[in-house]
Amino acid sequence: MEVERETLRGRQLRARDLLRGDLEGKDLEEYVEERLLTTTLEKALNWGRANAVFPMTFGLACCAIEQISLVTSRYDIARFGAEAFRATPRQADLLILSGRVSIKMAPVVRRVYDQMLEPKWVMAMGACSSSGGMFANYAVVQGADKFMPVDIHVPGCPPRPEAVLHGFNKLQRLVRGKPDLGWRQRYNAIGTEEWARFESGEPTTEAIDRAAQAVREQRDMRGGSAGVAEEPPDSWGTS
Amino acid sequence: MSDELLRDEADVTERGVDRNTEDPSAPLMDATAEIAERELEGPGLEPEQEVLTINMGPHHPATHGVLRLIVTLQGERVIELKPVMGYLHTGIEKSCEDKSYWKVIPFVERMDYLSYYFQMEAFCGCIERMVELEIPPRAKYLRVLHMELDRIMSHLVWLGTTALDIGAISMLWYCFRERDTILDLFEMSSGQRMHTRYFQVGGVFEDIPAGFEKKVRAFCALMPTRIDQYEALLDRNEIFLQRTREVGIVSRERLLELGVTGPLLRAAGEPWDLRKVDPYLAYGDFDFKIPVGTVGDGYDRYRVRLQEMRESVRIIEQALDGLPEGPWISDDRKFVLPPREELATSMEALIHHFKLVTEGFRVPPGELYYSIESPRGELGCFVVADGSSKPARVHFRDPSFVNLQSLRDMSVGGLIADLIQNLGMLDPIIGGVDR
Amino acid sequence: MGNQLMPDAPGLELIAQGIEEGREGTVIETSVEHGKATLIVRPDGVLHTLSWLRDTPDQGYRFLSSLHAADYLPATPRFAVHYELLCRERVERINVKALLEDPADTNGDAEKLPELGSCVDLFPTAEFQEREAYDFFGIVFRGHPDLRRIAMPEDYVGWPQRRDFPIGGEPVLYTHNEIEAPRWFE
Repeated sequence: MEVERETLRGRQLRARDLLRGDLEGKDLEEYVEERLLTTTLEKALNWGRANAVFPMTFGLACCAIEQISLVTSRYDIARFGAEAFRATPRQADLLILSGRVSIKMAPVVRRVYDQMLEPKWVMAMGACSSSGGMFANYAVVQGADKFMPVDIHVPGCPPRPEAVLHGFNKLQRLVRGKPDLGWRQRYNAIGTEEWARFESGEPTTEAIDRAAQAVREQRDMRGGSAGVAEEPPDSWGTS
Repeated sequence: MSDELLRDEADVTERGVDRNTEDPSAPLMDATAEIAERELEGPGLEPEQEVLTINMGPHHPATHGVLRLIVTLQGERVIELKPVMGYLHTGIEKSCEDKSYWKVIPFVERMDYLSYYFQMEAFCGCIERMVELEIPPRAKYLRVLHMELDRIMSHLVWLGTTALDIGAISMLWYCFRERDTILDLFEMSSGQRMHTRYFQVGGVFEDIPAGFEKKVRAFCALMPTRIDQYEALLDRNEIFLQRTREVGIVSRERLLELGVTGPLLRAAGEPWDLRKVDPYLAYGDFDFKIPVGTVGDGYDRYRVRLQEMRESVRIIEQALDGLPEGPWISDDRKFVLPPREELATSMEALIHHFKLVTEGFRVPPGELYYSIESPRGELGCFVVADGSSKPARVHFRDPSFVNLQSLRDMSVGGLIADLIQNLGMLDPIIGGVDR
Repeated sequence: MGNQLMPDAPGLELIAQGIEEGREGTVIETSVEHGKATLIVRPDGVLHTLSWLRDTPDQGYRFLSSLHAADYLPATPRFAVHYELLCRERVERINVKALLEDPADTNGDAEKLPELGSCVDLFPTAEFQEREAYDFFGIVFRGHPDLRRIAMPEDYVGWPQRRDFPIGGEPVLYTHNEIEAPRWFE
C-alpha cells in the first residue's frame, strides 16, 4: 500500500509539472513515451497480431476434420484474417491442438511448440486436448495443460466450427490485451479453490498470493505482456 | 525423446545444427558432410549416389494425420520406407472393456473418424448377431442410408485433401461444400455433425424427422452434378494425369497377399466388395454396381472412388424409395429401451428401463467376428463376451492399418513426390491405424 | 444377414479330419456358433493348419482377414490368437483359434512370454498384425522379420491390453478433489 501511494503521488506531481510546462528534456521524453506512444504502439501491435494470426496445420484426430472445415467457405476463418495456415512452426503463431494427444505424441507436440517463435498462443480444441476427453486411460495425456501452457480451451467432441470461431474471437480479445476474465476473476472468487480454503471456509492470503504468483509466472513463461492483461485486476484483493 | 527413437530405428538421421542451442558460428555444412561420409556404401561410390535417410512426420502437412515415415532416399528415389505408427494410439480397445455395451458405441465411433457410421454398424451388428436380435426393416434401410451418406462424405474428404496434396488446391473448397451439406443431413437426423451415435443395438436411435426425406432427395439431385464438376476439373487435367498415371502400381496378387481391401483392391481389378458378395443389412435389395479399375495406379483409384460416390447416390435414392414403415428399433425390451409413454403404465417396462440404464444388457458368453465394407476396405469387429454387461475384448480389424502395409510396395522405386501422392491415394485414417 | 457363409458342421468336421491326417493332435475342438466356424488348435500346429487350409486344392482359404489376440483371464489357457481366414471363391470364412498358456504362471517367472510361430511367410498381411499382438499382449512370434512395438512408444514397459494391466488415466476432478493434480508450472 505504501509503495503504491508513493508512485501515485509521484505520478500526480509529474502530471502537474507537465501541465505547468516544467518537465523538460529527458523527463519530458520519458513522460510522453510512457503515457502516449508506447501504449498506442502496443495497442496497434496487438491489434495487428490479433487480426493476422497464422495458425499451424496441426491436426491430430477427428477435430482436425472440423478444423479443415473452418478454412472452407461456410465457416470461413479468413474473415478473421487467419486463413494462412502455416505448416512450419517457425512461421506460425497459433497452435490449434485438434485431437487427442497420446503419450507418444506429447514430446513431439512440446517440441513443435518450443520451435514456435514468440508471441505464440495455443488453443486446445475439443475435449481430448483440453482434458483427455472421454479417454481416461493409459494412452492419452489428460489434457495438454499437463505439459504446455494453453491459452484457450474450446469444449466439444468435436466442437462445431462456430464454437471454434467463438473461441478464436476470445483469443483475439486476449491478444489485444482485453482478455475475457475467467469466472473466478470476474466474480471475485479467486481464493475459493478447494486448495485455498481454511477449515473455517475463509480464503487465506497465502493462497491468494500463490494463485497470483502462478498466473504471473505463466505470463512470464509466455514471454512478456504480449497478449495478456497488463496487471492482475484489483479485484484480487492483493495487499 | 524423438532423437533417441530416430537413432534406434534408422542408421542415421538428418541432423542440422540446432541454432538455438549450439554454437551459431559453427558452420552448417559439417553435419551434412558427416552424413554423406558415413552413408557412402563401399569404396569409390560417387557423391551423387549417396543415400539419405529422412524423417517425415509425425507433424507433416501431407501425412494425413500423425503418421511418421522414415524414408531412405537416393537422390529423389525412394529405396526404403518404414512407417512408424502409434502417435494417435488412444487405447480405445482397452477402454471398451471397462464400459457397458451402450457406452462402447461412442468409443468405437472415434477410431476411424471419417467413417463413424460404419464402426457403429460393425459393433452393433456384431452384438446383434451374438444375441440373435432381429432389427426391423425400417432400421435396416435407415442404417444403409446413413452409411452410404457417410461413404460419400468420406470420399469427399479424401478427394479434397488428396487433391490438395497433389496441388489441385481448389478441390478442397468444393468437396467440403458438399461435405457440409451431408453434415447438415446428419445433424437433422441425429443432432450432431460428427460422431453421432445414431445406431443402437436393435436399430437406430430415433426415427428420421419430417423434412429429412425431402432434403436427402434434394441432395441426391444435386450430388451427381457436383461429381460432374469434380470430374471436369480433374479427369482430363494434364497435370493430374501426369502425376497419377502409372504411379504406385502394385499387382493384384500382391495386394491380396498383403490383405488390402476396398477401393485399392478394386482399382487393381479385383471385384471384391462385401456389400455384393456377402450382403448384410438391406444391401441385397438394392441395385448398384461395383466400380473396378484395370491398372491399379493412382488414377484408377481416383476414378473408382468417384464412381463409388455415384453408386452411393443411387443406393440412397433406392433406399428412400423403398423405405418401409414401421418401428425404427427392435421391441425386445431386454436390449432396447421401452418408449417413455410405457413407463407410466407398465411395471415391467419400468424394470427393463431401470436395468438397461443402470447396468446395461448382458450378452451371453461367446465371441464373434463380423465385417462390413467401409470406405477404406473391410472393417471387422471382434467381440468377446463373458456374460456380463461389459465386453471382455473388443478388437477392430481396421482397413487403414492393413492397407498401410502396401505403402512400401507402392512407393519403393518411385520418386518422393509420388510417395506423397501414394499416401493420399491410399486414404489412411490414422485414427484407425492406431486405434 | 451377411457373414453367414461358412463351412457347415459336417464340412468343418471333414476339415478337422484333413488337418489331423497331416499332423496328429493338432485340432482340439471344432465349434459352430452364431454362424461362425471355429477350429481350436494347439499352438505348435497352427502353421500346419494354416498352410493346410491355404494350400489344399479344394479348401483354398488364401486371404487372411484378421489376426488378433485375446486374453481370457482368469480362464486357462489364457491367451488365444485368432486367424480369420477367407476363401474368396466360395466366400466362406473360417476361424482358427490357437490357445496359448501363459508361461509366467507355470514357471513363476514373470519375464517369460508366450510364443507362437509367425505366419508372415504364409500370409504377408500378418506382419503389422503380429506386431500389434506382440505390442499389446506380449505374444512373441518366432520368425517374424521385425518384431517390435507398433503403437506404444518403443521403450514402454508392460503389455497394455492384458486383462491385468490397469486402464490408467486420472480421477476426474470434482470440487471435492480439485486440489490434487499439479499443473505444468508447479
